[in-house]
Amino acid sequence: MSWRNGDSAPLSRRKFLGVSLVAAGGLLLGFTVGGRTWAQEAPATPPVPVPPPKPNAFVKIAPGGRITLVIPYVEMGQGVYTSQVQLLAEELEVDPATVAFEAAPPDDALYANPLIGEQVTGGSTALRAQWISVRQAGAAAREMLIEAAARRWKVPAAGLKAENGRIIETASGRSIGYGEVAREASGLPVPKSPALKAPEKFRFVGKPTKRVDTPAKINGSAIFGIDVRPPGVRYALVAACPVFNGKLASVDDREAMKIKGVRQVVKIEDAVAVVADHTWAARKGLAALKIKWNEGANARLTTADLVAGADAAMDRDGLVFMHEGDVNKAESGAAGRFRADFRQPILAHAAMEPLSCTVHVKPDSCEVWLGSQVLARAHRAAAEAAGLPPNKVVMHNYYLGGGFGRRLEIDYVPQAVKIAKQVEGPVKVTWSREEDMQHDYYRYLNHSRVTVGLDSAGRPVSWRHRVVGPNIMERFLPILNKDGIDLDVVECAHGPYDIPNVLIEFTRNEPPKGLGAGNWRGVGPTRNVYVVESVIEELAYRAGQDPVAYRLAMMARQPRPRAALELAAAKAGWGKSLPKRSGRGAAVFSGFGSHLGFVAEVNVEPSGHVRVDRVVCAVDTGFVVNPDVVRAQMEGGIIFGISAALYGKITVANGRIREGNFDTYPVLRMHEAPRIEVHIVPSSEEPGGAGEPGTCGAIAAVANAVSAATGKRLLSLPVDFAQLKEV
Amino acid sequence: MSYSISVNGEVREFDVDGDTPLLWVLRDVLGLTGTKYGCGIAFCGACTVHVNGAAKRSCVMPVSSIGTAEVRTIEALHETPEGKALQQAWRELDVVQCGYCQPGQLMSAAGLLAENPRPSDKDIDAVMDGNICRCGTYVRIRAGIARASGLISSAGKKAKSGAST
Repeated sequence: MSWRNGDSAPLSRRKFLGVSLVAAGGLLLGFTVGGRTWAQEAPATPPVPVPPPKPNAFVKIAPGGRITLVIPYVEMGQGVYTSQVQLLAEELEVDPATVAFEAAPPDDALYANPLIGEQVTGGSTALRAQWISVRQAGAAAREMLIEAAARRWKVPAAGLKAENGRIIETASGRSIGYGEVAREASGLPVPKSPALKAPEKFRFVGKPTKRVDTPAKINGSAIFGIDVRPPGVRYALVAACPVFNGKLASVDDREAMKIKGVRQVVKIEDAVAVVADHTWAARKGLAALKIKWNEGANARLTTADLVAGADAAMDRDGLVFMHEGDVNKAESGAAGRFRADFRQPILAHAAMEPLSCTVHVKPDSCEVWLGSQVLARAHRAAAEAAGLPPNKVVMHNYYLGGGFGRRLEIDYVPQAVKIAKQVEGPVKVTWSREEDMQHDYYRYLNHSRVTVGLDSAGRPVSWRHRVVGPNIMERFLPILNKDGIDLDVVECAHGPYDIPNVLIEFTRNEPPKGLGAGNWRGVGPTRNVYVVESVIEELAYRAGQDPVAYRLAMMARQPRPRAALELAAAKAGWGKSLPKRSGRGAAVFSGFGSHLGFVAEVNVEPSGHVRVDRVVCAVDTGFVVNPDVVRAQMEGGIIFGISAALYGKITVANGRIREGNFDTYPVLRMHEAPRIEVHIVPSSEEPGGAGEPGTCGAIAAVANAVSAATGKRLLSLPVDFAQLKEV
Repeated sequence: MSYSISVNGEVREFDVDGDTPLLWVLRDVLGLTGTKYGCGIAFCGACTVHVNGAAKRSCVMPVSSIGTAEVRTIEALHETPEGKALQQAWRELDVVQCGYCQPGQLMSAAGLLAENPRPSDKDIDAVMDGNICRCGTYVRIRAGIARASGLISSAGKKAKSGAST
């Protein structure tokens, strides 16, 4: 899983194809977003420039018949390698088990995610982005192989079919392997609109298919970014200023340098690193440093200050994201009104693999080994920090030990390059768990104020939601920052309900400079679905109605989420009685191109501690490429959400993050894992995302279940167990 | 100081301070990177290895404490009957997601099955609680352990019936 990103001229698409083609000696096919522009090039003929060439993956067929898919989306557990392989193999008419795959190199021009516009794996977009394009690549290759065989045999292509890696003449039964005609096929024109297989003819897509990454991940051979060991590598641990935006003042390294195995102490503007023969020596060295920081303006900051800032923002008018109907008029004419404020904490990502980046800075080039969700960005940042043109920087990407949004940021890359510039030979810069947790790009405080106008039966006639949070997209993905509104943070700010008057506004509230705010699994919908669904269940109880029936009555024009909620409720036995201090809560929403219903069942122990016993989820994620991967993603997303709902909270004192490890930032463990049932709604619609919605639904449904069990509405997270103590 | 320990059946010699945790010896000195660093304080289980067959957190185990004990890492898990069964179960059920915690999960589970071939859910909780998975594969880990337990007992029965005929 490595590559050279061009060592002479800037990497042109043609060059990349040419090189790969020589190496493969067979067919290599580039394809573009939506299949509008196609290109293939053969070594024997001069390459044909095809503007604008923006292929987002490649099919390679070697003379021996070996097929390789170059996958632009990174594997962080979500099964993307497997589903891409399935799609390609399906159209190519080969068994997925026979297809090889490799990670794509960093290159936005080649591998941009068509839904985002650059090479990003995030937002549950990979499958949605490639649903058509990967299949078109496979189908085009199949048609070209058939055409090549037809020409060789001098028969019409119509009499030939592709099957299990061979082209077969239907009438005679004679056949030829893909590899044998790959070279001829590569000289043929690429079909403009290759015929995709009809879903009812799928042999592999839509069926549970074994993950392609399992074997390496159960025997220790899978290499993650933190595992890389180039020859001669040294090991560094880093400490950045514990106060956000603080700088390094001075370091006394005399004691550290006496420690066996410590080689060097490296200073950069806001951090210090100890370079050693192994990580433990680096750790001891770091502990022995006497560091003075210039803590700067944030030195006295506390959580209370930050919460007060977000509370103040809740009183400020925001920018109007949407206004349907007339909310002011509806509110003034309403029979009743409900208002609630919600407060959600700062959250860390705490992926199992702490951040790490290995760098070798040479006199006029640089090599980088890492795991990143944004490879092309990481590549640019490394080049900039190294002071080198991008074509002098070679980058290798590996398995990601969890992403959850953290590896959408690139802060650890230039930091490692700056350290490596002062080190002879390659150096692996690793963040300790504490460093990882205390220098995250957190999910920042999210506050919400919801005001609902009600008719005399307690049904909403208007919905007003003021969303208070940072504008992450302004920095992260400006195309999603529209006139000052972060289009992600307002996503799902109202539910899939037929409410005639809706006003959604965004009041921006940024963290202090230096405290990074970033994307966290489930992004905007995770913060909003909890708010919306808490309000809806509260309103149902106030109206004396069953919360599921109350919702369904407002979902006449929302057939897909409605069906998901009905299915989840039926499977969960909604309405059946439960023991005292146990409760069920529901949630429903549409997001990431999917539609989901959830029912959580909890028990609140006398101590107030909440145990989640069962979560039932119904998911309509359109056409399902791999049902087992969808199930796994829902299971995992639900567990991730429960961790946040029950425990997730990052706090600040003296400008520092107080939590540092799993002792102070607990996450769900085996004995707390509920039974999870995932029911997939059959659908032939376009595939939606599955990586994130489980988290959104779980938080909302668990919060509602706790309220059902105790009668206490949860207006803030995580669940405050002390408040739920039996009296 | 110089140490010599047995890892996966091979004697390995190296020179580090005695307080160096086994984890860093395995990963950085011996190049066995299948054993993972997750927390450094024995709170997450990613670093679990076997020392004389028992699951231990290598991140807090000084290398000086190993002595003549046999260390086994994920790279040699398949050499044990429990390991083999667990890896088969993990493949059948596709337990992994990001996979980073899975070496530790498998080593803990193998330690459990070696001691208790037919663990109850409570037994599984008691041992596997020490291993965090942020991807949330717990449901499948539990099922995987149950499946591996079944594989081991049916293999045992087969061996027995084979011996009697």
